[in-house]
Amino acid sequence: MKSCDSQQTDLQAVPTPAPIPPPHAASRGPRGARRKWEVFPGKNRFYCGGRIMAAQQSGVLPLTLGLILVTTGLFFIFDCPFLVKHLSSCVPAVGAVLFVFVFITLLQTSFSDPGILPRATPEEAADVERQIDSSGDSSYGPPPRTREVVINQQVVKLKYCFTCKMFRPPRTSHCSLCDNCVERFDHHCPWVGNCVGKRNYRFFYTFIVSLSFLTSFIFSCVSTHLAMRAQDGRGLVSALQESPGSAVELVICFFSVWSILGLSGFHTYLVASNLTTNEDIKGSWSGKSGDVASNPFSHRNVFVNCGSVLCTPLPPSLIDRRGFLPEEEEPAQTCCTDVQLPASANNTQRKCSQGRKGLLESAAPSPLQSTSCPQGEPQTVPPGPRRPSPADSEPTRQASNGCRAQHSAGSQGNASSARHSHHKSRMKKHKEAALSISNPTSHGPVAPTCPDSVPTSRGTSSTQA
Amino acid sequence: MAETHSLQDLRHQAAVIAKVFIQRDYTNGTLCQFQTKFPSELETKIDKQQFEETVRTLNNLYAEAEKLGSQSYVEGCLACLTAYTIFLCMETHYEKVLKKIAKYIQEQNDKVYAPRGLLLTDPLERGLRVIEITIFEDRSLTQ
Repeated sequence: MKSCDSQQTDLQAVPTPAPIPPPHAASRGPRGARRKWEVFPGKNRFYCGGRIMAAQQSGVLPLTLGLILVTTGLFFIFDCPFLVKHLSSCVPAVGAVLFVFVFITLLQTSFSDPGILPRATPEEAADVERQIDSSGDSSYGPPPRTREVVINQQVVKLKYCFTCKMFRPPRTSHCSLCDNCVERFDHHCPWVGNCVGKRNYRFFYTFIVSLSFLTSFIFSCVSTHLAMRAQDGRGLVSALQESPGSAVELVICFFSVWSILGLSGFHTYLVASNLTTNEDIKGSWSGKSGDVASNPFSHRNVFVNCGSVLCTPLPPSLIDRRGFLPEEEEPAQTCCTDVQLPASANNTQRKCSQGRKGLLESAAPSPLQSTSCPQGEPQTVPPGPRRPSPADSEPTRQASNGCRAQHSAGSQGNASSARHSHHKSRMKKHKEAALSISNPTSHGPVAPTCPDSVPTSRGTSSTQA
Repeated sequence: MAETHSLQDLRHQAAVIAKVFIQRDYTNGTLCQFQTKFPSELETKIDKQQFEETVRTLNNLYAEAEKLGSQSYVEGCLACLTAYTIFLCMETHYEKVLKKIAKYIQEQNDKVYAPRGLLLTDPLERGLRVIEITIFEDRSLTQ
């Protein structure tokens, strides 16, 4: 501590270079300052300096990309020359436009922030804990971890997220695969390798709609092509022999067009009624009266619902991946070794001495002491850029197994889940062959997860933590 | 300039006494709105009317950011037609309003809150969960 203080007086003699800009601007870049994506607590991967993000497991995304590229490539190589000659030259043009749409929207869905809510700061978490404790009666057991709010004359329960240490806003769910709370959580899609939430739902919807157009288009073109070849009296078999690529395309398109068309139809219904997959599967709004119109977020008008889901101004990413970490959050143990930093680090030194005091007065619950130096938030300053903590995988494993059971039990009558399970059975053999993960997340391409079941199991297992 | 200098002094030299958090108000759904209830910790520091006016203006600005009108429909359709690639080149309406909000908060801090030893933190830095008001130790700001 003494060396810290003496460093402090030395550095204070150096004038501060410029007026301090707002904390989340990226204009200050002292050596050693890290960007926020490097200490992001969720299970995400970042590329290009934080500009591109993806879930930790890419799921079946390579397969999705591969299938789309292979099918479209074969289409252009085998079918287009014939069809341009015998039908029309706008066939490849339409195919190209659809392919570009599909490819761009797929990349946008996979690599953008789905609407992740950053975790609460230690002071906020302490404040919420205080409120919970003061509202509960300690003699009746643990204090309530739910809040009720009335939205459009309907009572909506807000649950407390033990991982993110905050009450989740309505329609927000915690994704156990990505370990993040996602706003307007729809589902975690293994096909795109990312969660689908408020910010990327429109990309996802455009992706599946354009993919259904592309698949149907290729399917009809290939059928036309083979029919025209076979018509010349040579028969279907010789037509297939002449154009083997078309056979491959036919098989792929035939099996995928039904699922994708069904999925697009399902999501069109969800968009029109302003529902999420998560809410639809859990029956959040159709419980008691059995009436879907009791969704408090629906505008009761199909066009307004579509507009509010697809056309609202795109909200910004709240996690500020490329922002620099404020110096108060640098770890306590290294702040005294960073004495080579330029003058703007004089705060770090002062906070360091305050933080040491905080360490010694560890019993004091005052948020002030614990947050001046970041030992208050050890989980956000990990040893490396990605930190899936081993402690988390246990509750996740239990939760996702329970989740799977819940899904298969609860989704019998649901047409969409029938399609998902069709996917599951078809793709299971591919998955098991291609991916040898013993990870809890390898539970097949079940599109929706049950993130709300996770906090309860987390809660029971991690309240000691 | 004098005001920003005193704001800097506040942040780097005054000790933080407490932080008050204004939570979100979900009665209108998932729109970003904050509760206008006056927290008891600020009773001695600032006028209730002033505080409520700040929060109400912020609520109006956030409502403007998320507003669903003819302009947003047109932007949405145009974006869809370009496979949403225009988001890479263009600043969205929401981002424009966020800049306005940041400027408003800065201005409120300079004029109203810093002289009273308080500091508003832009909710965007807290994931739009809370408005954090930091209460600083009451000592003279000039040294």
